Amino acid sequence: MKKHDKKHKLTLSDIQLYSLCAIPIILVFVFCYMPMAGIIIAFKNYKFNLGMFGSPWVGFDNFKFFVQSDVFLQLIRNTLLNNFLFIVLSVFSSVVLAVLLFEVTSRNATKTFQTILITPHFLSWVVVAYIVNAILNVNYGYLNQLLGVFGMDAIDWYNKPMAWPAILSVTFVWKNIGMDSVVYYAALMGIDSALHEAAEVDGANKFERAIYITIPSLVPLITILTILKIGNIFRADFGLFYTVTQDGASGNLYSTTNVIDTYIFRSFKDNASGNSYGLTAAVGLLQSVVGMILVIATNAVSKKIDNDLGLF
Amino acid sequence: MKKEKKITQIILCTFFALLCALVIFPFLLLVSASLSNPAQLLESGYKVIPNPVDFSAYAYVLKNPTQILNAYGVTFAFSVISMVFGVLLMAMIAYPLSRRGLRGRNVINFYLYFTMLFSGGLVPTYIIVASVLHLNNTLWVYILPGLISPWYVFMMRTFFAGIPEAIVESAKIDGASEYTIFFRIIIPLSKPVLATVALFVFLSKWNDWNTALIYITDSKLYSLQYLLQKIVEDINILKENATAAQMSDLAKVPTETVRMAMAVVAAGPALIVFPFFQKYFVKGLTVGSVKG
Repeated sequence: MKKHDKKHKLTLSDIQLYSLCAIPIILVFVFCYMPMAGIIIAFKNYKFNLGMFGSPWVGFDNFKFFVQSDVFLQLIRNTLLNNFLFIVLSVFSSVVLAVLLFEVTSRNATKTFQTILITPHFLSWVVVAYIVNAILNVNYGYLNQLLGVFGMDAIDWYNKPMAWPAILSVTFVWKNIGMDSVVYYAALMGIDSALHEAAEVDGANKFERAIYITIPSLVPLITILTILKIGNIFRADFGLFYTVTQDGASGNLYSTTNVIDTYIFRSFKDNASGNSYGLTAAVGLLQSVVGMILVIATNAVSKKIDNDLGLF
Repeated sequence: MKKEKKITQIILCTFFALLCALVIFPFLLLVSASLSNPAQLLESGYKVIPNPVDFSAYAYVLKNPTQILNAYGVTFAFSVISMVFGVLLMAMIAYPLSRRGLRGRNVINFYLYFTMLFSGGLVPTYIIVASVLHLNNTLWVYILPGLISPWYVFMMRTFFAGIPEAIVESAKIDGASEYTIFFRIIIPLSKPVLATVALFVFLSKWNDWNTALIYITDSKLYSLQYLLQKIVEDINILKENATAAQMSDLAKVPTETVRMAMAVVAAGPALIVFPFFQKYFVKGLTVGSVKG
């Protein structure tokens, strides 16, 4: 960076540049920073009629109540386990996909495949929930039809909590695999083609080149992206867990699909009077703080591995 | 050797063709479901190839369009407004941040970055947006809160930083203001990243259902995806506490096939728009992933 003179004056050009930033900065302030001030209600017994500032302080009572409640361990377990499954499966499948896609020589074919594989990413979770329902529905669903062909009884999937981590994982991978593999594919495009040519001259076949050149060159990126995903492991995909499970099929599936984000939403919605806002805000704050610490920590780790690849 | 290569290619392409078919298949199942005959559905459930093909669900959707048409209009309006102003405003802050000499640049970077790390959460945000700003039950609540996304700003910033500084310098010498440089030089040179962000913003707004879930109670302002979600929720509630009186309400909600047809109609535009942006897509997406 250039050294700045202490007496450096604002030039006209600087002022013009700052003025371009003005509206976005105000918008971010209003919609991101003002709510941050609102987290004081996590330390209050929020009463709708008393408002954000008038409600009485209760210290850490909301946090204590949440941590000691029965649901706390369930939420942590479900959030972590489901996200862990998603990370492992999606990293593995998207790397394999990128490596294979890279071997396809026709550019037109690659583009077509990539476009089709990305498509599910642009369906909303609501539409995905409709699709999942068409497959799993106990009365008409395709899967139960198929089971019927083999002489098995229809299964009420929306009543089988143990099946849902698998169902959600498949849904998650299906929706995201194309998009995730784009990043890996782009990294492969960046490998010096001389490496591949030299190996070919030395008699390495396609498989050997994939094992000794392609995959090792992806390892840093895989490490970094995985670490960053671990940084977000306390944040669940609300759309997936809320719509695809039909709102936890009204409670039947909570034991495996109730996650922090759905819990926050439900306790927010069930208390339109606002009496549990303090508690709900406390859960949100806890999630935000733990999430932030994890992201910073994992980022530090990834920077240790490769200084260029940290997020910040 | 040549022949071997050809065989590998054929195997690979067959594999990907099958995989693509597998990925598309669930959506085709949805389409099949929407084309089922309601009477036969009760007897034998959904069939992969409906026989007979029955368009009555679509006929029903097209004949009773007020609610869907209204949701379509609302969704289209806020999606386009968000896309145009979102891209413009994000580019407006991304450009100064791409200029190395600008003082305070790191402060603004951090100001944006911190919102990715930490947020007020659902309840405090709700209180600000609904009770303080009174944006609930307005079109604005779909547009304003997420208009500036730091992630896309940083993507644009990286792209802008790749534009040779000499271009900016020479324009300055010719007496161009920063505004002129931004609108006449930077914007036209940045089509790939702007198109990519525009696509993302449009599609994420088109698929927005949770804003309405939290902020909208006026059915005239339902977004398309929320309308779909709301139908499912209403049915689940009716099923749970169905008294005789409420059972008659159940007859009024759209039938299974009609709901599937609505889902197809709601998903369609997103799937049609996407391939047109494809050519910019991978380029725009990967350029921004390098930190700047």
